[in-house]
Amino acid sequence: MTTATAPGRTSTSSGGPTPPQPARRGRMKSPYPTWFFIPAGVFYVVLFLVPTVASFYFSLTRWTLFDVEFIGFDNFVRFFQEPQLVTGFVNTFIYAFVTSGSKVVLGLLLGVFLSSQIVARGFLRATIFFPVLVSTIGVGILFEVLMDPFGGPINEALAAIGIEGPAWLTDPSLALLSVALVDVWKGVGLATLIYIAGMVAIPQEYFEAAKVDGASAWKNFRHITLPLLRPATVTVVLLSLIGGLRSFDLIWAMTGGGPGFTSDVLASVIYKQYQAGFFGLSTAGNVVLFVVVAAIIFPLSWWLNRKGDDQ
Amino acid sequence: MRGLGWKWGGGILAIVIALVVFVVPFVFIVFTAGKTQAEAAALEFSWPTEWVFFENIATVLQTRDFLLVRAFLNSAILTTVAVAVMVVLGAMVGYVLQRRRSRWNPLVNTLVLAGLIIPPAVVPTIWVLQGLGLFKTLVGLIAVHVAFGLSFCILLFRAFVATIPRELDEAAIIDGAGPVKLFFRVVFPLLRSVIVTVIVVQAVFVFNDFTYALYFLPGDENATVQLTTFNYISQSVSSFNLLFADVLLITIPPLIMYIFFQRQIVAGMTSGAVKG
Repeated sequence: MTTATAPGRTSTSSGGPTPPQPARRGRMKSPYPTWFFIPAGVFYVVLFLVPTVASFYFSLTRWTLFDVEFIGFDNFVRFFQEPQLVTGFVNTFIYAFVTSGSKVVLGLLLGVFLSSQIVARGFLRATIFFPVLVSTIGVGILFEVLMDPFGGPINEALAAIGIEGPAWLTDPSLALLSVALVDVWKGVGLATLIYIAGMVAIPQEYFEAAKVDGASAWKNFRHITLPLLRPATVTVVLLSLIGGLRSFDLIWAMTGGGPGFTSDVLASVIYKQYQAGFFGLSTAGNVVLFVVVAAIIFPLSWWLNRKGDDQ
Repeated sequence: MRGLGWKWGGGILAIVIALVVFVVPFVFIVFTAGKTQAEAAALEFSWPTEWVFFENIATVLQTRDFLLVRAFLNSAILTTVAVAVMVVLGAMVGYVLQRRRSRWNPLVNTLVLAGLIIPPAVVPTIWVLQGLGLFKTLVGLIAVHVAFGLSFCILLFRAFVATIPRELDEAAIIDGAGPVKLFFRVVFPLLRSVIVTVIVVQAVFVFNDFTYALYFLPGDENATVQLTTFNYISQSVSSFNLLFADVLLITIPPLIMYIFFQRQIVAGMTSGAVKG
């Protein structure tokens, strides 16, 4: 089974695996030409690197369809003054941490459970994983209907057992969390599979030795399973945080940022400002998102991987 | 015996929960897609009193002058071309990156990681596409998908190339193969299993993509299926049966991929998996 590779993992090993190089060099042309980098590099540089670098300049401008005017940091000042933009900024963190935390906890429990000896394991794994592959738009439409406060199936089912269901997507204080709930529903299968792959990699001898020592199930979990699943946890945390911070399509399909702007996140603010023709402000939002992602992911992956090495 | 109780008791409880939480929503799609408009409007989880499933599918496909059929064609072209280009170019980079120690390697590795983590700057990308005359074209969207998807491919290919013995390269070189022939005739065919993994994972991702299509290929006439489905919400709020027939149609391609390539998809997503 392949082991999990988190983004920071390769960077800390200073440039990935470096195979031994034959000593004869210079005389003959290498059979591994560096121009193989060029075709891919063209796509990457033109459509990813150039726009990313350019975004730093454009974020400092008032930019419309017609002209570009340099205005310094005004866009960023606006970003942290207008309530709806600030809401989007704060919601991004709430959404990312709620979804990521839930996926870690549920994925761990499900992964451990589905690695134990139970009937229909294959069926259960396949069922939990399938939503990962379904289009986000399809899932968004589906749950918009299921969560309908008036006669939607979820609230009907809750009413049948005597619970009054909330107004999932139309309650301003709940809309963002409802979308996060659907995000977890869709994404927990991937976390579970990563944990299952981690469980497979744990040698059975540890559990056998623990059995001889008379360890309880909880002690097994606490002192063997949990520490040895660390690489899987690192992968799940980083993956779901990166995805959560950038998340757009599910929110856009389910609430469009509403009601009002209570479920806006940075990515939906970026789209709204772009639609409204404020390209400079939209790009400033992109730079803010860039900084947020970089400020969380790079230190976190460094810290997680470093702690792993100590053990 | 505790083990047996766990095996059956826990298993059956889990099956019931999985059915309610994960299977019922998909059955709801099928039921609603099979109902008449009036019955679907009730939003009930129930067996349709009258199955009009195929009529609904036909109606959805014919809506607005076969818009959805054209969208499926666009999505098929987009997915095929983007994934094909990504696989070949990604394999070339992953291969040289693993085989040769050059001063470019640290830079390339950094860029690969950056490509996985950093959110693309959308409006400046539109600006670049406009400058190239590719904005709002299928070619432009294909190029964008290639650019954003390469990092993931490179990571998987680099890891896999390490498992191919160098002796094979040396034997081919002695036989007089040049660099291009060595790669395309000797190494590339050996990458088959990881190529399948990359293809299915990226195909599902590109086919399901909504955000990039919304930004870089807006409008209706050459939209992708995700975009037409999204636009369908506003047009047919009253006919849930047709909306869900549409949702069902766009769910089928990933389902087919999953049935045939479950192992590869799982391997790809849990190994180098750095996709959001």
